[in-house]
Amino acid sequence: MMALFVRDVRLGLRAGGGALVAVLFFLAVIAIVPFAVGPDLKLLARIGGAMLWIGALLASLLGLDRLFQADRDDGSLDLLIMADRHLLPVTVLVKCLAHWFVSVLPLVLAAPLLGLFMNMEPKAIGATTLTLLVGTPAITFIGAVGAAVAVALPRGGLLVSIIILPLTIPVLIFGVSAAYGAMDASAAFLPPFLILAAITLFFAVLGPIASAAALRGSAD
Amino acid sequence: MRPCGEMILHGRGARKSGLLMRLVAENLGGERNGEVLFSGLGFSVAAGEALLVTGLNGSGKSTLLRIIAGLLPPSEGSLQMEALGDEYGSIADAAHYIGHLNAMKPALTLRENLEFWRQFGGAGPGRGRRSIDDALDAVGLAGIDDLPFSYLSAGQKRRASIARLLVVHRPLWLLDEPTSSLDSQSEQRFGQLMRDHLGDGGLIVAATHLPLQLGKSREIRLGAEQHAS
Repeated sequence: MMALFVRDVRLGLRAGGGALVAVLFFLAVIAIVPFAVGPDLKLLARIGGAMLWIGALLASLLGLDRLFQADRDDGSLDLLIMADRHLLPVTVLVKCLAHWFVSVLPLVLAAPLLGLFMNMEPKAIGATTLTLLVGTPAITFIGAVGAAVAVALPRGGLLVSIIILPLTIPVLIFGVSAAYGAMDASAAFLPPFLILAAITLFFAVLGPIASAAALRGSAD
Repeated sequence: MRPCGEMILHGRGARKSGLLMRLVAENLGGERNGEVLFSGLGFSVAAGEALLVTGLNGSGKSTLLRIIAGLLPPSEGSLQMEALGDEYGSIADAAHYIGHLNAMKPALTLRENLEFWRQFGGAGPGRGRRSIDDALDAVGLAGIDDLPFSYLSAGQKRRASIARLLVVHRPLWLLDEPTSSLDSQSEQRFGQLMRDHLGDGGLIVAATHLPLQLGKSREIRLGAEQHAS
């Protein structure tokens, strides 16, 4: 299983920067917000956490459709499905973790820098980054289900996004409200943050199982 | 023919359990997109035996192999492996599958690809499991293991796929047109590897148009009745 993680990380880094594309997209989204909203620094600081979340959510959807399709295109997926000694959901979980590590973790690491663009307080930046760190794995796990359903479609990218966006709304809601909880004395940080952590753990189980079922069904 | 085959098997491939692995299909049927390709198919392959699946294009050779590999459900009938042992959880787990695609990543080197499949296939006791260098040697790819897989020619890619059969031991080999794009020398080498595998008590089910250098083997012909001339 470690071998699969290492292989996928290596592919992600070598095949020409899926990670870099996502970070650049994230940068582009955050960089144009001040132009759209106007030079109101207080307003920017207030919406900063939400903007970082939206940017990270959209950027982490990029490349999700290739999660299983790349393996299907070269025939590896058949062999991954056949290897019953590793349970297929565990295989999927490992692939998700590798994808998160290569393509999504850089977004989390870039978030503090982009938070400065939004004139956010250091404390708010820290809280938003922490919520992203805890919440984005859930997006990958949900995305794996969409990627598995659309694996046989040649241009499944848009479809994957449309399938999974509604399901990621709870992640977004609790992620952003936890981030606000850290900025605003009247709102709480811990309850939404814990719910966010619970969502991630929940989808860490449900996502790989559902996605393994979809992969088995899609073999032809 | 049968008694002779069994004598050889008892001599060479006797298991700890004393039982021979046997792949048995009864009344097997396969379909693609609702179209029935074959039905009522029955065969058995015992350890040390090879089964060739022949037939015209589209007669269901690949479908049959994918059904055995557990990648497609059979439309009817049953398929089981006798004396599978505790080592393997299912037929798919006990099988190597070479399909039309080589299951190698173009961006990784040949060695990285093989190393991944070797580790993913599970360590296990080393019966019939060769080192990467050994396997590359056996298929004649030694010395170019550091090239990215995408640089290799079609025949070399196929040979890399065959090397994958050697780095992890699986009793059942499912081969779908394994010799496509191989030159005659590689074909002979591959024939020797297959005979070694059979001699070691392995099973082979191969779909092919070209004669494989297997020596003795049985053959089923799919779609013969529909397309008989």
